[in-house]
Amino acid sequence: MEGSLFQWIVFFAMAFLAIFCALMVVTRRNPIHSAVFLIVNFFAIAVIYLLLGSQFIAIAQVMVYAGAIMMLVVFTIMLISVEEARRVPMVRLSAGKVFGVILAILLFVELLYGLMVKALPGKVGPFTPERLQAVGPVRTVGGLLMSKYLLAFELASVVLLIGIIGAVILAKKER
Amino acid sequence: MIPPALYLALSAVIFTIGVIGVLLRRDAIVIFMCIEMMLSAVGITLIAASRYLHSMDGVIFVFLAMTVAAAEAAVGLAIFVLLHRIYKGVKVDEINLMKW
Repeated sequence: MEGSLFQWIVFFAMAFLAIFCALMVVTRRNPIHSAVFLIVNFFAIAVIYLLLGSQFIAIAQVMVYAGAIMMLVVFTIMLISVEEARRVPMVRLSAGKVFGVILAILLFVELLYGLMVKALPGKVGPFTPERLQAVGPVRTVGGLLMSKYLLAFELASVVLLIGIIGAVILAKKER
Repeated sequence: MIPPALYLALSAVIFTIGVIGVLLRRDAIVIFMCIEMMLSAVGITLIAASRYLHSMDGVIFVFLAMTVAAAEAAVGLAIFVLLHRIYKGVKVDEINLMKW
């Protein structure tokens, strides 16, 4: 067992919380309950990000996923009535669904197999944890976004702008 | 440090649960939520890889994927509102206008 005991405790607590909430998202009948469990799932994943030493992404996860996106989802569920969703049985078993679940489990087995065959491949980069600690992880991310990845950063803002315009045009009332 | 395989396994588990949710549920909003869950599960893989390979590329990648997810949420939920106006509900198997 390498690493401090605290890290292991936090990791397993958050991992089980995330998996439990993911199962709840899939199995709850009321979409509002699914949404609330998904918010908890996002928070657990944000803690996992913190454990991996990337504070910027953890905060962005809480603000963008748990804050903005889930607020939009909850608003949409409220806008679209969910009353009729409660009465019908949730899963009507059909051949297609059974086949789909078998494929999903196959996918999982493949993912785990790929994980076990080989150590993590790839080139080792220059950003060691000591260097990140010296500069500050968030500052490093900001510096990279403003220098090496400036084009991608600007394109992301264009994507967001087009998303906003598209949403407004789509949701506009019929004239 | 915790071995990276554990993070990748956690990511795989959450991703698979999301896949099963997409395949089993009929409510378009729940399917959308499962897709968001899969996106953030992939984020764990990228961050873990970038942490253990001493690289920042994965962090930037997750940040950009988050931007796309936000834009996707705005447009997708607007489409659900539109579908609700036409079909009075967002069950994916009732939306069969283009079915052959």
